[in-house]
Amino acid sequence: MMKELFPRKQVIGFIFSLVLTAVALLVYFMDMSFAVGMTILLVTAFIQAGLQLILFMHAGESEDKTTIYTSIYYGMAIAIITVLGTLLTLVWTYQFQ
Amino acid sequence: MEFFERFAVPHPSPAIYASMVAIGLTVIAIFAGLTYFKKWGFLWREWLTTVDHKRIGIMYLISAILMLFRGGADAIMMRAQLAAPENKLLDAQHYNEIFSTHGVVMILFMAMPFIIGLMNFVIPLQIGARDVAFPRLNALSFWLFFAGAMLFNISFVVGGSPDAGWTSYFPLAGNDFSQSVGTNYYMIAIQIAGLGTLMTGINFLATILKMRAPGMTLMKMPMFTWSAFIANIIIVFAFPVLTVALAMGTLDRLFGANFFTSNNGGMDMLWANLFWVWGHPEVYILILPAFGIYSEVISTFARRNLYGYKSMVGSMVIISVLSFVVWVHHFFTMGQGAFVNSIFSITTMAIAVPTGVKIFNWLFTLHKGKIVITTPMLYSLLFIPLFTIGGVTGVMLGMSAADYQYHNTMFLVAHFHMVIIPGVVFAMLAGLTYYWPKMFGFMLNERIGKWSAWTIGISTLVAFMPMFFSGLDGQARRMYTYSEASGFAIWNMISFIGAAGLAVGFALIVYNIYYSFRYASRDIGSDPWDARTLEWSTHTPVPEYNFAKIPQIDSVEPFWDQKKHGKKLFEGELEKIHMPNNSGIPFIMGILFFLWGFSFIFAMWIPVIIFTLAIFGCMAYQSFEKDHGRYIPLEEVEETENKLGGNR
Repeated sequence: MMKELFPRKQVIGFIFSLVLTAVALLVYFMDMSFAVGMTILLVTAFIQAGLQLILFMHAGESEDKTTIYTSIYYGMAIAIITVLGTLLTLVWTYQFQ
Repeated sequence: MEFFERFAVPHPSPAIYASMVAIGLTVIAIFAGLTYFKKWGFLWREWLTTVDHKRIGIMYLISAILMLFRGGADAIMMRAQLAAPENKLLDAQHYNEIFSTHGVVMILFMAMPFIIGLMNFVIPLQIGARDVAFPRLNALSFWLFFAGAMLFNISFVVGGSPDAGWTSYFPLAGNDFSQSVGTNYYMIAIQIAGLGTLMTGINFLATILKMRAPGMTLMKMPMFTWSAFIANIIIVFAFPVLTVALAMGTLDRLFGANFFTSNNGGMDMLWANLFWVWGHPEVYILILPAFGIYSEVISTFARRNLYGYKSMVGSMVIISVLSFVVWVHHFFTMGQGAFVNSIFSITTMAIAVPTGVKIFNWLFTLHKGKIVITTPMLYSLLFIPLFTIGGVTGVMLGMSAADYQYHNTMFLVAHFHMVIIPGVVFAMLAGLTYYWPKMFGFMLNERIGKWSAWTIGISTLVAFMPMFFSGLDGQARRMYTYSEASGFAIWNMISFIGAAGLAVGFALIVYNIYYSFRYASRDIGSDPWDARTLEWSTHTPVPEYNFAKIPQIDSVEPFWDQKKHGKKLFEGELEKIHMPNNSGIPFIMGILFFLWGFSFIFAMWIPVIIFTLAIFGCMAYQSFEKDHGRYIPLEEVEETENKLGGNR
């Protein structure tokens, strides 16, 4: 009875998101190279965003599942294209010339 | 007195003082007129507080037409200045201000509201809905747009106009080179209007995804709804970039940040980059709904279904993706090298393919159609060849190596005018003429309409074709004068004649509205064009609730099937209808945003704080307000339906 009422998934998810936050904070408090720090931040940020969307905002639990996921993937694609394209145009092109 | 000095125009002229007087008199006349005819209550109840998508759409259209004349006046002044070599009509500073405001007004305050206005009016009717998904948000969108537009428009009489071009490139737009508040106006006014547009995007996505009549699957939506759907997706993903870029520009100008400065680690090219990451998709936000209008008009007046429905949808989806990967072609000459330019050259050429597919689909729709030449159809037929000129020169500009020759010349100016005028403006005029009877219950005169269509079509060619030649001869854009020896004079004179022709064309449209208002028949039924889609199946004038019974859809052209094949569109009994209540909050927030923006522009921080709190106050009030809408009782629905001719 108690087992069914206890929101096990949500509590684990909540703890996990706290852990992710703590790991991200390490970048500030520990001494590490820029590359390592950015990698940690990017990885934890994406997992965190996914966790929030799927577990706490119920992205996959309604009949609009396909629409929601399509728009998330589309948005991610556009964001990645914009960021990489900007880096290519304004930074990388001058490094390889 | 010192306090008021900041509001003075830094570079005044008699024309600007005359405008001040004219604006003052107009405002007094409007207030006096409203008071004298006791129309304040009517205005407040029926228009300022309305959440009805049809009325909001009409307000957008009125604003768009007003802004068309503002931008058109700018255009005429520019062409007049350039009509003769060494002309002294305008000086350099005024010319800079005029081309900057012309661009911003025409793109953001004319084309955008024109499109959003038509979307507002048409889409809920086309998908069989009673309103948009968030009616009050829709009203807020309009009032934010209107606040932004008005804020931008007072710049030339209070504090000075922006003068760094409609692209407002840094470092020119930075504090070092643009010392007046003009560029602050640019940053803040567009920010406010842009927020409204972003809300519209979200609102219409939700509306189109969730509020279609039963049976209308995505692939049974009318083409205008599809095009608006894609355009709104692009709005939602492109406008945040503009919001961020404008915020960074504001921080640079007002708070001493260094995002776009040339020192302290700033990067001025980043502004151009971010501007066009938004700016290129913006082009497709404008053109796709225009294509949707053409699809509706061509299919209606070719008297047959649209050729290649699936390829139309597919090409728009491909355009929506490709529109985000071509932005660098706006600054091929900025120095990023052959490799990067080649990538963006190829993506740019690729976008011509789906656009070509659409052009051929329209041609195939016309093929074997029983073509009826009406005014909207005339605009659509003029669009195809004229737009192709603009499109082909676009491919020329897209070749990055060749672009070094065309960049920043009048060739470019000619190209984008030949795209935007036939592409967007003709579509909006076609759409306005086409939907006019549904909006106002009478038709615009066909004879005058065709005269204006031909005048505008020919004048477009006369005004912009010469620029291709003077551009190839080396006339730079944004140049306020030139010498006689340059040989540009003849092209610019022809161009001025074309601009005057365009003015005549638009004056004819205004006359047409006046003439038709006075003399046109009001007995036109609800389907004067013998059209095919759902918006024509309801009464004219459209009742507040759009459809007394929600239609049942099983094809792309349900209304045509009802008329020709006897399918039943409306079944079931009449019921009471749930509608949203009017609200004054969006209008009040619009005013607050206007005052907030104005204080921000002049860095008057105490009023900024007060108005920020007031805006948050409105939002809090809105959050806690309990408003569940109201029901229109069954008797009232029956009465309206009987009065409008029963439910067929």
